[in-house]
Amino acid sequence: MTAADLLGGAILAALVLYALLGGADFGGGIWDLLATGPRKRAQRELVEHAISPIWEANHVWLILVIVLLFTAFPKAFAAISITLFVPLVLLLFGIVLRGAAFTFRTYDTPEDRVQVRWGLVFSASSVLAPVVLGVIVGAIASGRLAGPPEGVDPLAWLAPFPLAVGFFAAALFAFLAATYLAVEARDALREDFRRRAIGAGAAVFLAAALAGVLSWYDAPLVFAGLLRRGFSLPLHVATAVAAVTAFAALFRRRYRLARAAAAAQVTLIVLGWGASQYPYLVVPGLTLATASAPRATQVAVLWALAAGAIFLFPALYLLFRVFKGERPFSVLDRRPAPGPRGEG
Amino acid sequence: MNDLLAARWLFGTSLAFHIVFAAVGVAMPLFMVLAEWRFRRTGAPAYLELAKRWAKGTAILFAVGAVSGTVISFELGLLWPRFMEFAGPIIGMPFSLEGFAFFAEAIFLGIYLYGWGRVGPRLHLASGVVVAASGAASAFFVTLANAWMNVPAGFAVLHGAASDVQPLVAMFPPGWAHEVVHVLLSSYVATGFAVAGIHALFLLRDPANAFHRGALRVALGVGAVAALLQPISGDFSARQVAATQPVKLAALEGQFRTERGAPLRVGGLPDVEARETRLALEIPYGLSLLAFHDPRAEVRGLEAFPRENWPNVRNVHLAFQAMVGLGSALALVALAYLYHRLRGKPLPRLLLRAVLVTSPFGFLALEAGWLVTEWGRQPFTIRDVMRTADAVTPVGNIAVPFVAFTILYLFLAAMVIVLLRRQIAKSPPASEVGAPAPAEGAL
Repeated sequence: MTAADLLGGAILAALVLYALLGGADFGGGIWDLLATGPRKRAQRELVEHAISPIWEANHVWLILVIVLLFTAFPKAFAAISITLFVPLVLLLFGIVLRGAAFTFRTYDTPEDRVQVRWGLVFSASSVLAPVVLGVIVGAIASGRLAGPPEGVDPLAWLAPFPLAVGFFAAALFAFLAATYLAVEARDALREDFRRRAIGAGAAVFLAAALAGVLSWYDAPLVFAGLLRRGFSLPLHVATAVAAVTAFAALFRRRYRLARAAAAAQVTLIVLGWGASQYPYLVVPGLTLATASAPRATQVAVLWALAAGAIFLFPALYLLFRVFKGERPFSVLDRRPAPGPRGEG
Repeated sequence: MNDLLAARWLFGTSLAFHIVFAAVGVAMPLFMVLAEWRFRRTGAPAYLELAKRWAKGTAILFAVGAVSGTVISFELGLLWPRFMEFAGPIIGMPFSLEGFAFFAEAIFLGIYLYGWGRVGPRLHLASGVVVAASGAASAFFVTLANAWMNVPAGFAVLHGAASDVQPLVAMFPPGWAHEVVHVLLSSYVATGFAVAGIHALFLLRDPANAFHRGALRVALGVGAVAALLQPISGDFSARQVAATQPVKLAALEGQFRTERGAPLRVGGLPDVEARETRLALEIPYGLSLLAFHDPRAEVRGLEAFPRENWPNVRNVHLAFQAMVGLGSALALVALAYLYHRLRGKPLPRLLLRAVLVTSPFGFLALEAGWLVTEWGRQPFTIRDVMRTADAVTPVGNIAVPFVAFTILYLFLAAMVIVLLRRQIAKSPPASEVGAPAPAEGAL
C-alpha cells in the first residue's frame, strides 16, 4: 500500500461521507421541490429544520476532496478541470444558488410569495447539483476523457452513460434523504417520507439498471467492475443485502434500521465505483501512480489528514449529538415518544 | 476579450467578491463572541440582543462566503490548471489545513446559530470562540499560499515540473509573517469600521441607545486597535517587499530610476513611456528610509529589471496610494476614538460622523491592498517561475462564464444588502435591551 493508495482511499472516504451527508442534503432539497399533498408545508418545514444547522458542514467534504485532489494528484485535477469545465461550472452554479437561496429564505420575510420564490431556487438547484455531480463521476469513470486534454471535446461528457449516472445520483440522494427524514418526522408526516423513500428506492433500482446496461458499451471498466472482477460478487451481494434490508425495514416501519441500511447501500455503491476504476483516477489516462505529487507532499498531507481527523470526527459527533438527538446514529427505534415531531 | 484576460477577470471578480465575505468571516464571529461574553459577565440584555442579531448577520454573510469560497477552490483548476498542476503539491499543505479550519467554522457556527437554548451557555460561548479562531486560521492558511506565490520557496524545477518539494518550507516562505499579519488585521479593521458605521448612524439619531452604544464599543474597539496596528504592520510589509520583491516595491512606489536616497511619493501618476511619476508630492529620502530604514539606501527602480517583467505600474501605484490613504484616514479616526474611550469621555457627534463617513474605507483599503499584491506580481502567477499566460486553461470562451458569474455575484450582492438592511432596519425597543444608558460615561 503506497502513500498514493492511502490518499486515494482518503479521497474515496471523503466522497462516501459527502454522499451520505451532502448527498442527503441535496435529497432534502429534492423533497422540497416535490412536496405535495395536505402536509406540503410541514414537509418543507421538516426539510428545513433537518438541514439548517448542518448543511454548511456537510458540504465541506467536497472542498476536502478538491484540495486533496490538487495536492496529492495534481495531474488528475488539471485534467478533470479542463475536460469537465462545462459541468463543473454548472455544478458551481448549483452549489452557489442552492446555499444562497436556502439562507436567504431563512432570513427573508415570512411572506408566502417570497418564501416560495427562494424555495424554488433552492429546490431546483438541489436537483441540478446532484445530477451534474453524477454526470461528472460518470464521465470520469467512462473513459470519455481520453487523449491529451487540449484535444478533448468540451462536450465529451454529454453522453448516455454519464447522464444515467446523473439521474442515478439524484435518485439515490432523494432515497437517502427520505429515509433520514422518516426518522426525524412523526405520525402522518413520517408516513409521507416512508412512502417517498419506497418510491425513490424503486427509482434508484431503475436508474441503476439503466446505468448498468449503458456501461456495457460506454464504460467498460465500470462494466467489468460490475461483473468480472474478484470483488464484484461479494460487493453485489453486500449492496443487495443493504438494499433489501432498507426496503424491508421501510415496509415494517423500522425507520432507523432503514436509514442505516440506506446509508450502507450508498457507501457500498461509492466504494464499488472506486474499486472498479482502481488504479485509475481518470479513466483511462491517469492512475493513482501517474497522477501523483512528489512523495514528500503525499506523506505530509497524510499526516495533516490524521491530525485533522482527530479533531474533526469528535466535532462532527458533537454537531449531530446536539441537533439529531441523543443517539444520532443508532439503528434501533425507541418506543414512540410523545411530542409533535423531531428528536427534541 | 481574449481568454487570458477573461480568465483573469473571472478569477479577479470571484476573489474581489469572496474576499469581503472572507474578511467578515474572520472578524464578525469575534464581535459576536465578545458581545455574548459581555452579556454573560454583565447581564446587560443589550449585549445578548446584540450577539443574537450579529449572529444572524454572520449567518447570511458566512453562507455567501462559503459558497463563493467553494467557487474559488474549483476555479483554481478551471482557470489555472497549469498553475495548479505545478503548484498543487507545493502549496497543498496550507490548503489542506485550511479545509479543516473551514470544517471547524461550519460545524461550530451551526452549533452557535441554532444552539441557543439547546446547549449550555459555556458550550455555546466556546463554540463561538472556535468559530472566531478557525475563521482567523482559515485566513492564515490561505494567505500562506498567496505568500508563496509572491516569494516561492521549498522546491526545485526539473523538466518544467516541481521536484525536491519540501512542503513545510513552502508553507512558510520568506516574508510569510508580514503578509499574514497584514491580512488578518485588515479583516478586523474593515469589518470593525463597516459595522461601527451602521451603529454610528443609529447613534446620531438616538445617542443614548444602549444597544447601539454596546455595538459601537465592541466593533470599533476591535477595529480601532487593528487600524492603529496596521500602519506598523504596513511598515514591516514594505521592508519585506523591498527585500524579497523589488519589482513590486518599485511599481507600487512609481520608482523608475535606481537611486540612493529615493523619495517617498504621495499620489502622482506613473507615466511608463516617459519612465517617470508625475504630479507626486515627493518627500526626500522617504522611500529609502521607509523601505530600508536608511535615508541613503539604494532603491532599485523598474529600469533595473527587464521591461517584460514589469507589472502595470500605473494600476499598482494607484491601488497602493488608495490603500495607504484610506488606511491613514482610518488610523486617525481610530486614534480619536481610542483617545475618547480611554479618557472616559463621551463621543462627540463629529467623531460619530467621521466613523460613519469612513465606514466603507476599510473594505476599500482591503480590496486595494489585494490588488496591489496581485497586480504587483504580474506578469507572473508564481513570481519568476510561472507566467500567468502560461498558467491559463486551454478551454476557450471564458468570457461566457465570466459574464454569467458576474451577473450571479451582482444578484447575490444585491440580495445580501436587501436582507442585511431588513435585519438592521429597526433598533430593538428599549424594553428588550434595558433602559438607555446615562448620557455621560464612555461608549
